[in-house]
Amino acid sequence: MATLTNAPALRRKARRERLRTLGFLSPWLVGFTVFFGYPLIATVYFSFMHYNQIEAPTFVGLRNWRYVLEQMPLFGPALWNTLWLVVVMVALRVVFGLGIGLLVTRIKSGAGFFRTAFYLPYLAPPVAATVAFVFLLNPGTGPVNDILGNIGIHAPNWFNDPAWAKPSLVLLSLWGIGDLMVIFMAALLDVPKEQYEAAELDGAGAFHKFRYVTWPSITPIVMFAVVTGVVQTMQYYTQALVAGKLASGVSIGPGSVIQPGYPDHSTLTVPQLVYSLGFQNFNTGAACVLSLVLFAIAMAVTTLLMRKRAGLLSAED
Amino acid sequence: MPRKMAALASVLSAGALLLTGCANPSTGSAEDDPTKPVTLKFWHGWSEKSEVKAIDASIARFEKLHPNIKVKATGNVTDATVNQALRAGGSDAPDVVSSFTTNNVGQYCSSGMWVDLNPFMKKTGLDKTKVFPKTLLDYTSYEGDQCALPLLADAYGMYYNKDAFAEAGIKRSPRTMSELRRDAVKLTKRTESGGYQRVGFMPNFRLYQNSPDRLFAQWGPSYFGKDGKARLAKEKAAKEFYATTRELIRSQGGYGPLETFRTSFGDEMSSQNAFLTGKLAMHMDGEWRGLFMKGAKFKWDTAPLPVPDDRPETYGRGYLTGTVVGIAHSSTHQNAAWELVKFLTADTDQVVAFANAIHNVPSTKAALTSPKLDSDPTFRAFLDIAQNRYSTALPPSINGGQYVTSLQDFSYGVEAGKVHDLDAGLQKLDDEIDADNLQAQN
Repeated sequence: MATLTNAPALRRKARRERLRTLGFLSPWLVGFTVFFGYPLIATVYFSFMHYNQIEAPTFVGLRNWRYVLEQMPLFGPALWNTLWLVVVMVALRVVFGLGIGLLVTRIKSGAGFFRTAFYLPYLAPPVAATVAFVFLLNPGTGPVNDILGNIGIHAPNWFNDPAWAKPSLVLLSLWGIGDLMVIFMAALLDVPKEQYEAAELDGAGAFHKFRYVTWPSITPIVMFAVVTGVVQTMQYYTQALVAGKLASGVSIGPGSVIQPGYPDHSTLTVPQLVYSLGFQNFNTGAACVLSLVLFAIAMAVTTLLMRKRAGLLSAED
Repeated sequence: MPRKMAALASVLSAGALLLTGCANPSTGSAEDDPTKPVTLKFWHGWSEKSEVKAIDASIARFEKLHPNIKVKATGNVTDATVNQALRAGGSDAPDVVSSFTTNNVGQYCSSGMWVDLNPFMKKTGLDKTKVFPKTLLDYTSYEGDQCALPLLADAYGMYYNKDAFAEAGIKRSPRTMSELRRDAVKLTKRTESGGYQRVGFMPNFRLYQNSPDRLFAQWGPSYFGKDGKARLAKEKAAKEFYATTRELIRSQGGYGPLETFRTSFGDEMSSQNAFLTGKLAMHMDGEWRGLFMKGAKFKWDTAPLPVPDDRPETYGRGYLTGTVVGIAHSSTHQNAAWELVKFLTADTDQVVAFANAIHNVPSTKAALTSPKLDSDPTFRAFLDIAQNRYSTALPPSINGGQYVTSLQDFSYGVEAGKVHDLDAGLQKLDDEIDADNLQAQN
């Protein structure tokens, strides 16, 4: 009976609670709606429209989808390059970042110097770093090929060779590995020392200590590095664009339109194609289709990685 | 559940309405009085000091004639910037816009981004057919919509190193493709390590202005049939053009070594330009190159590019393009803007003065024959190319220069020897161009 009497008061309290919760959540909700929800709805909407950003949009059904998936020859290479970079670049960055992290945490003297030396390249702006790499690896005038030539190694054409252009981008990304190195260093220094001591008492060598002590402790960080790496690489744009443009040597003037992806579309990524379609050709509908395809792939890959059955995370993590 | 569905439907409808509302940039009007005080915003692509000085002088002459119109000029503006500004709209968008390429005119006209100038010409009594050469009128219009007018033209020809020619015992510039290949081989000098000191003629499509459509113009191709469909696979000249290019590359050492040499070249517009530094003995370029040749350490001259062996009568032809100017759809001062466009494009004295100042080919019939034009013989060669009846420009397309980009992409594959079945490749290229054009239609 008392419960029934207090029912309106309880309802008011619950409503106030809900409003308070919503109040605290509102900055995030506004941000989510404006910067994610609206763009996502707009992208889906425009994927079914013909819209050149001048005339009013008109409904064209699945025409944009058919165009991208069936008729656009650059879709395949762009998707392949993006996925190639996701697999190779992310894997090597994690392995290399972890390796450097292990190295600098074990160095006894001069650790500060090495940590700084490995971190500094990360501070270089992506465009400047890419310009420097293209200059260093220029097959005609670059010092790297000169040095390799002098010691009898026939050097590749790096950014000018379709087979070497993507590996050159990977080299560039490994040079700027400082961000991952710092994250792995923090994780490695956080592993309890007593566990190593116990393992040593059990007769574990360096490999077994890494396998049974270090690895289980840092898997959440590895997982973080892989997931963020996949998402970042799905959006890979600047370095590939700058490297392609510079290495091609094609003059870029006020009237010129440069197709990204030099050489032979080997550095063309999906984000570059989205920009090219949307803001060079003003083919908004097709650009939206491509964005949605990329979004779907990124979601699928991330979901797959996040699933506990992937074995990287234990339930406690 | 129905209430939830209705709520979702309402949200989606509201979203769609919002999106539709956001989708239309502002449109301007031609209701203004051109005799009233106004400030026009004019965006152009010139950036070199001498060029900016020349366009500023032109604007000063215009303002003297039209004291009520002030012009605020912004230089070094790319097509991408113009495109995005006009699509976004807003009060800072320009009234008068120019572009260094004719490739995008079809897109500007068909999308309505640049307004049709025919009504302005009719209103002010300008007969375009009497003022402008036909080829130039063709490349500034699309399906009857004259949304741009030529603001000086560019003609492409050959620059050649006379000292290198004398050293190789060559008396005159080549006139046919066979002569070009023969001379190119004679002029090519290799190093002991297998590199190059100098290449006779580098046809590689990524070299400076060597876009494939420019050399292809020597065959006078038709890109589209009467039905508007791409017809490169049916164009016999396409196969001849690629065979000639491949042969030129092969006879001078092959694609790989030439590309490696090309990557050692300095910037096109710098003193490290490969022709200026003697790394190229013959070079395809536009008439403006002459301005950059002042410090050359060798004697040089100009000539038309060679033509196919079986079409000697067409010698003298070349590829034509140029700067174009138009009025933005969003301008609310379109009549005043037209006064500026008319002055820049159709006033003979202005066109001649500007052509002389920036070393471009004038774009009106009267200016082309003006005695006040620069008499430098190396420049005159390009005036002749511009007036040659066989000279051609690229046809405008609804999709702007997308078909040229597709052609370039395909040509990169051909020159590298990666297209093994040229017929199938050209058919695929035609299909791609047609699909792109269809996609651009509303």
